[in-house]
Amino acid sequence: MATTEAAAEAGHSAGMPQLNFETWPNQIFWLLVALVIIWFVVAKIAIPRIGGILAERNGTIGKDLAAAEELKAKAKAAEGAYTAALENARVEAAKIIAATKAEIQTVLDKATAEADAQIAAKAAESEKRIAEIRAGAEVAVAEVARDTAGALVQALGGQAEPSVIEAAVSARVKG
Amino acid sequence: MNVAEAGGLLIDPMHQFQIVPLFAGAAGEHGGGHGPEIGLFTITNQTLWLGIAVVAIFLLFVLGTARRSVIPGRVQSIGELIYGFIHDMVEDVLGHEGAKFFPWLMVLFTFIVTSNLLGLLPKSFSPTSHIAVTAVLALGVFLTVTLVGLYKKGLGFLGMFWVSSAPLALRPILAVIELISYFVRPLSHSIRLGGNIMAGHAVIKVFAGFASIVGIPTVGIAMKAGVSGVSILAIAGIYGLELLVAVVQAYVFTILTCVYLRDAVGEAHH
Repeated sequence: MATTEAAAEAGHSAGMPQLNFETWPNQIFWLLVALVIIWFVVAKIAIPRIGGILAERNGTIGKDLAAAEELKAKAKAAEGAYTAALENARVEAAKIIAATKAEIQTVLDKATAEADAQIAAKAAESEKRIAEIRAGAEVAVAEVARDTAGALVQALGGQAEPSVIEAAVSARVKG
Repeated sequence: MNVAEAGGLLIDPMHQFQIVPLFAGAAGEHGGGHGPEIGLFTITNQTLWLGIAVVAIFLLFVLGTARRSVIPGRVQSIGELIYGFIHDMVEDVLGHEGAKFFPWLMVLFTFIVTSNLLGLLPKSFSPTSHIAVTAVLALGVFLTVTLVGLYKKGLGFLGMFWVSSAPLALRPILAVIELISYFVRPLSHSIRLGGNIMAGHAVIKVFAGFASIVGIPTVGIAMKAGVSGVSILAIAGIYGLELLVAVVQAYVFTILTCVYLRDAVGEAHH
């Protein structure tokens, strides 16, 4: 085994185990074994899997963005609907207020008119009563005056002519 | 000057690259005691670290992504990062044509970067520091580029050696230069990676050898403190640099592979 020894010695003294060609077949064999295994791990498992993960992530991000966009649009639409409803309600309220005001006004007007009419009727009646009372009072005064005048004339010893007394009393009462 | 015994200092930066059988008893029968022989199927320290790299890649890519989370965890993020990095590189350099090479480039990059980084663990072994390994990778790339180019473009593939934008008189000379540079590619491709990793490890080892000065009784205490202090600082600095080199060389090897592949599948750009 002199050759092996010499080669090993040469490898030693040359200082470059890299150039000890005796080890090359072994190195190349095991390298190829390792590369084949790595190829299986990388090409058959890792690349499809990582590619799938990345595609799924991109899909998820895209989907999430689309969903966010959609929700944003929905929120905007809801806000629009809310604003429109608010505006409608405001208009409706204004309408109701106006209608109610008008209704109250008519009722009020009617009540006022009725009350005025009643007051006028009451006033007219009162006036009539006052006139009656006044007329009654005048008649009573004239009668009292006649009677008093007749009694006075009799008491003074005269003979009282009813017509004269009448004329005199009415002249005085009028005066 | 493999072993420099300067006043008792033992500096042997190349020893770490020695390939030795893991189970010396079995191999010893063949070696007859004078250094164990390494057969084709012998399990060596390199086999062990190739296996550890395979396990690491398995853990990263299979267990790390097992949950298939839409929101990734730490390990899954690393896997996705590598995937995205190589995917973008292939898209940028090769365009749509490169899709079918993507798995191979993933294999190249993950294998090289894992081996490089595992090699930085103390007491470990880096398969990518061996020319045999990087040469197989580079030759594989070279053969793939050549065969795919000839298959896709036929003789038109040889057009890349005929620089049509140059003056006619210069074209034969340029063709020779292009041809030489084409065949030098696998050499530079493999030595760039292997040499970088080997040099970094060797330099660390040299400084580690200097730091061992503290074990020599004849050296003064001030000398010991100074030399070993500087050595340890240097090791720390170079270690950081080597982390960078480990990743950058894996990147360089992969992107050069992409660039070479573009000759085969892309439109002519010479």
